[in-house]
Amino acid sequence: MFAAEAAETAVSWFYTHAWVIPALPAASFVLILFFGKRLPFKGAEIGITAVAAAFVLAVLTTFTWIGDVQAEIASHEEGTTTEEHGTTEGGATTEEEHGTTEEEAPATSEEEEGLASGEQAAPAAPVAEEEEGGHATRGAPILTERTWFSNGADTFRIGTLIDGQSVMLLFVVTFISLLVHVYSTDYVHGDRRYTHFFAFLSLFTAAMLYYVLSSNTLQMIMGWELVGVCSFGLIGHWWEEKANSDAALKAFFTNRVGDIGLLVGMITLYFASGKTFDVVEINSKAISGETSHTALLVASLCLMAAVMSKSGQFILHTWLPDAMAGPTPVSALIHAATMVVAGVYLIGRLYGVFWMGLSIPGSSINAMAVIGAVTTVGGGLLAFVQRDIKKVLAYSTVSQLGYMVLALGVGAYTAGMFHLFTHAFFKACLFLGAGSVSHACHHSFDMKADMGGLRKYMPKTFITFVIGSLALAGIPPLAGFWSKDEILAGAGVWPGTEGNGDYWMPFVFGMITAALTAAYMTRTVWLTFFGEYRGHAHPHESGPRITTPLIILAFMAVVVGFLNLPGPFVETLGLPAGIAHRFEEWVEPGGIASFPPIDHANPSLTLAIVASLLAAGAGFVVLRYYKALYAKDAHAAEYTDGLRSRNTLAAAGYRVLENKYYLDHLYTGIIAGATKGPIADAAYWINQNIIDGIINTVGKFSVGLGRFVYHFIDQGMVDEAVNVSGRTASGSGQFLRRIQTGQIRQYATLMFGSAALLAAVFIIAI
Amino acid sequence: MYLNQFLILAAALFCIGVYGVLARRNGVLVLMSIELILNSVNINLVALSAMNGDVTGQVFALFVIAVAAAEVGVGLAIVLLIYRNRRSIDIAEANLLKG
Repeated sequence: MFAAEAAETAVSWFYTHAWVIPALPAASFVLILFFGKRLPFKGAEIGITAVAAAFVLAVLTTFTWIGDVQAEIASHEEGTTTEEHGTTEGGATTEEEHGTTEEEAPATSEEEEGLASGEQAAPAAPVAEEEEGGHATRGAPILTERTWFSNGADTFRIGTLIDGQSVMLLFVVTFISLLVHVYSTDYVHGDRRYTHFFAFLSLFTAAMLYYVLSSNTLQMIMGWELVGVCSFGLIGHWWEEKANSDAALKAFFTNRVGDIGLLVGMITLYFASGKTFDVVEINSKAISGETSHTALLVASLCLMAAVMSKSGQFILHTWLPDAMAGPTPVSALIHAATMVVAGVYLIGRLYGVFWMGLSIPGSSINAMAVIGAVTTVGGGLLAFVQRDIKKVLAYSTVSQLGYMVLALGVGAYTAGMFHLFTHAFFKACLFLGAGSVSHACHHSFDMKADMGGLRKYMPKTFITFVIGSLALAGIPPLAGFWSKDEILAGAGVWPGTEGNGDYWMPFVFGMITAALTAAYMTRTVWLTFFGEYRGHAHPHESGPRITTPLIILAFMAVVVGFLNLPGPFVETLGLPAGIAHRFEEWVEPGGIASFPPIDHANPSLTLAIVASLLAAGAGFVVLRYYKALYAKDAHAAEYTDGLRSRNTLAAAGYRVLENKYYLDHLYTGIIAGATKGPIADAAYWINQNIIDGIINTVGKFSVGLGRFVYHFIDQGMVDEAVNVSGRTASGSGQFLRRIQTGQIRQYATLMFGSAALLAAVFIIAI
Repeated sequence: MYLNQFLILAAALFCIGVYGVLARRNGVLVLMSIELILNSVNINLVALSAMNGDVTGQVFALFVIAVAAAEVGVGLAIVLLIYRNRRSIDIAEANLLKG
């Protein structure tokens, strides 16, 4: 018990006060709205200050978390050396497995309070470990909650949940948001809704951080919807153009489709897990088998619908490319690095539910992996036919999000989260680079018409964009290589990898995407930066507020991959063993009841070489293609007598891709058109003839009934009774008023007469 | 002295008082007649009290005198107001409550 109390005091201030991190940008949102326009920098300074403060807090929280996890690992290693064959049977005491710090009174001395009341449970992992002797637990979630409201026996709590996953997202969101804020001061400079733009950026950052820190599914739904609203508002930032406001509406409505799944899934989970919204409890019950498998299957399929809409999975991805109508910093922050990974984050948050519901371990196929696999190839193919540089990146985002979902679908949790992490940096770098390019080219995004040869004019943008592209394409040793390689190994089909199952189909699709990604990024880089300039502007390098974030992000795109070096690689190079699998240790919890027991795939050197060669080869082929083209005509963007004009099959394939698999036709033409046309007509006919007929008959009958009631019951009985009583009262009044003469002597006479009469009666009777 | 003499006196006073209340039109005289009625009751109370050797009746008579004083105070005030309003104290004319 004393040990537990000692651990209580060790709960860091950064964990219990994590709510400050989203509160800062939320406060900034309000301040910018009220005072932004009057300030010298039109509100941008408030936003940047708040996000910078949130970033500092997030970094401190991250380092505290890393320190705690390392301490847990270290104490675990000591434990195993002393009792090497100690009891390793599972059953970590579940009441200890996650800490709950209850704060009844705000702030001042919760440590003393915790000691006094004993209501605070500990993060407890080291304690549990000491008790059990060498059971490896690390990264148990730390909850800080208080009662939100209670209704009968059901108590609804609100609070923050700190674990590796949320800490990782805290870092990513605040980091990229800060850079995007700085970038935006130049990019949207002079915009008529400059202040409004920064207010929305702040609100988005707050909503995303709130979502990331949610300790229960109810809060997650709130955060989820809030980021959706911000996305809507920012896509439609330039709503004067109909295309932009249409894109905003499309994003919003497509997300509503998935939100139905989110609500149904969360409600199913609430009842299936014995009326709780608590994510730790939901996961623990799902993994222990307490929750029925059918309910988990239904819930995870419903939640997959939500993931499909928010994280742009096939077939609900169509809003994401259109969302590029928004300002480029928004695309970088919301539609590449943070909001669109909310779906992936949701899977990771409720991984126990998906793990059991979709039977991820030991299978060779499941819904999540298939959706991810189809999305990753589908998005990659679409990226080929785009003229708009931002749309290439948008489809690339769809493709990479598919990769993450695929990774989680095959049980490679760390790989999926790691890809989310690395992707955030290099994709933000690419988007901001695209913004920088368009800033130089009269705000055009058309690669074929308005770009080309830009490497001479904007070297910083060129170099950072190429680094981002290489990282995305998975060229070693940049960030994308490490995360992508881990996902491919995680599928568990390459000899010697041994993941959680034999996921052939996702593996093959993943390999195809590795090649596709390299190919379309080569095409994009070539069309934008090589050859001769085809536009009519005077391109120039962007200012330092644009290039500095680019350089920082490019640097991150190079180095973040080293956070999770595979073990064999580290051994081969003779590096200290401690630097392998760092990210995995920090982000993935181990040995706790609320996280499924994942089998980690072994990294494979041959697989890494094959995948890299595939990517490099695909890139090289595209490179040759364009080199040959430019050798013919340095100003050309495509062959005039290309494969498409010679081969009908290729032309047909191109047409399918150009029409985005006809999904938009399906949605707007067939589904929406049918709803507007035949279905609406049929509904109208039914309404006029059947429903109205019924209503008319009922109405006529009611009128007849009413007449009858009026004449006989109302007039005949009710009114008559009232009239008779009235007449009686009136008549008796007429009679009695004759006695009321006003003559006091007459009254006295009556009184005395009556008294005498009464006296006489008494005398005679008694 | 016999009790019946007092009772007869009281009955006579009562009858005179009732007659005055019923027959007089002058408000002040009506009030005076009420005093007669009350005093006839007082005589009864005192006489019966003396006969029974119990002072309760006399105490009660004192109460009646006090109440009568209060009553005549209120009554005279009403008569005065009627006079001010109508320049007359004829209660036959004060028939505002006629139904």
